[in-house]
Amino acid sequence: MVQEGAHGYWLIIASFLVAYVLAVIPMPQWLLWARPEWVALTLIYWTIALPHRVGILTGLVLGIILDALEGAVLGQNAFALVVVALLSLTLYQRLRVFSILQQAGTVFVLLGINQLVCQWVQNLEGVGSPGLLFLLPAVSGALLWPVVFYTLRRLRRYFMVN
Amino acid sequence: MGLRLLLAVFVVVGLIIADLRFNSLESTRSVLDTLGAPIYWVADLPTRFGEWGELHIQSRARALEENERLTLENLVLQGRSQQMAALQAENVRLRALLNSTALLRDDVRVAEVLGVSPDPVRHQLVLNKGELDGVFVGQPIIDADGLVGQIVEVSAATSRALLITDATHSIPVQVNRNGVRAIAEGTGSLGSLEVRHVSATTDIQVGDLLETSGLGGRFPGGYPVAVVTVIERDPGKLFAHVLAKPSAALDRSRHVLLIFASQDSRRIEPASGPLQATPETTTDAIEDKTPDATPDTQEP
Repeated sequence: MVQEGAHGYWLIIASFLVAYVLAVIPMPQWLLWARPEWVALTLIYWTIALPHRVGILTGLVLGIILDALEGAVLGQNAFALVVVALLSLTLYQRLRVFSILQQAGTVFVLLGINQLVCQWVQNLEGVGSPGLLFLLPAVSGALLWPVVFYTLRRLRRYFMVN
Repeated sequence: MGLRLLLAVFVVVGLIIADLRFNSLESTRSVLDTLGAPIYWVADLPTRFGEWGELHIQSRARALEENERLTLENLVLQGRSQQMAALQAENVRLRALLNSTALLRDDVRVAEVLGVSPDPVRHQLVLNKGELDGVFVGQPIIDADGLVGQIVEVSAATSRALLITDATHSIPVQVNRNGVRAIAEGTGSLGSLEVRHVSATTDIQVGDLLETSGLGGRFPGGYPVAVVTVIERDPGKLFAHVLAKPSAALDRSRHVLLIFASQDSRRIEPASGPLQATPETTTDAIEDKTPDATPDTQEP
């Protein structure tokens, strides 16, 4: 009898925990701007894979925790991740049939929007970033998308998360 | 989905307004910070492994060399602080003669840097001392070379400090040489502070040491902040453009000192009789500066 209901939920939580650790792990000064938004990447994957489990409210909670970790205004990353979750939910059917390259392109746009929203809230606060550097995480994130996608897909299939 | 979206938007906008405009979410942040501390701890592990490895996998010759160097450095520093005790006693006497308020000595405690805020725009440190250790919001922090910043958030066992180079931070300073007062603001870049509203005729030079002036009541006076590096006096502008490089090793300090403001019971009394440092002041001055390193470094 196939088990109904949430199975393997822990894998989703574990993947987000790993994303958080990667999001705060110390990096050399010159590499700081190139750090991809791990939490956003993981969120995009799970909304595509399990849109009925992971969605807007997940993005909200994840964003608040990320704000506390980063020391940002509470609501900055929450706003950004809610938008990312919303867009991923709207696009997930198309994304599933895209090739990995097309997916990476869409992920670049999604991450770019994430960065843009964060930048807006930061401007409200009075801090900003130099020029277009704030988009660099979107580039690095899109480049790392295949790695994230294949790894999480492998794990999801192995542990039969649904 | 529409309903959830609406709820999410309300919550998000509410949070942003509450945090930005009304600053009313400090207790929430405190709780979230406590929950987030393990993540910083895990993220810190690779660095700790590296440091542990560097410490233990060392040739014996290097270890002996390091030992000798530290012994000599310690000797020099203790020699210097002998003189400091005498100068301190003289200062106290002179103040008493001028009927000024007595000199107060600050207490320091060591804290370890658990992590750095990952956002390159924000200059924040996460420290391993929190409310349970008596840390409070607004507490100043220094390292071996100068002022580092102040505490902005406190949770149970950790706290967050804002560096002086963060774009939202300002600190009242004065020039060591002549007492000229100014305000040093963070620029968002780790290597420079901007000294604002310095008129073109003010006596300030490249190489001047800027120290805390004690005005504003938040930072005690006398701690080195930065050294002036650039002065541009444009005749067409009202103020000179002055940049300074922070004295503290902001991007490299692993340990910082939390300053606990002195209480009256710790007031340094003028020594009885002509200029002599009393034994208590000498040993106190040296003893108090020794960090209580042993319990801290044992922490996982």
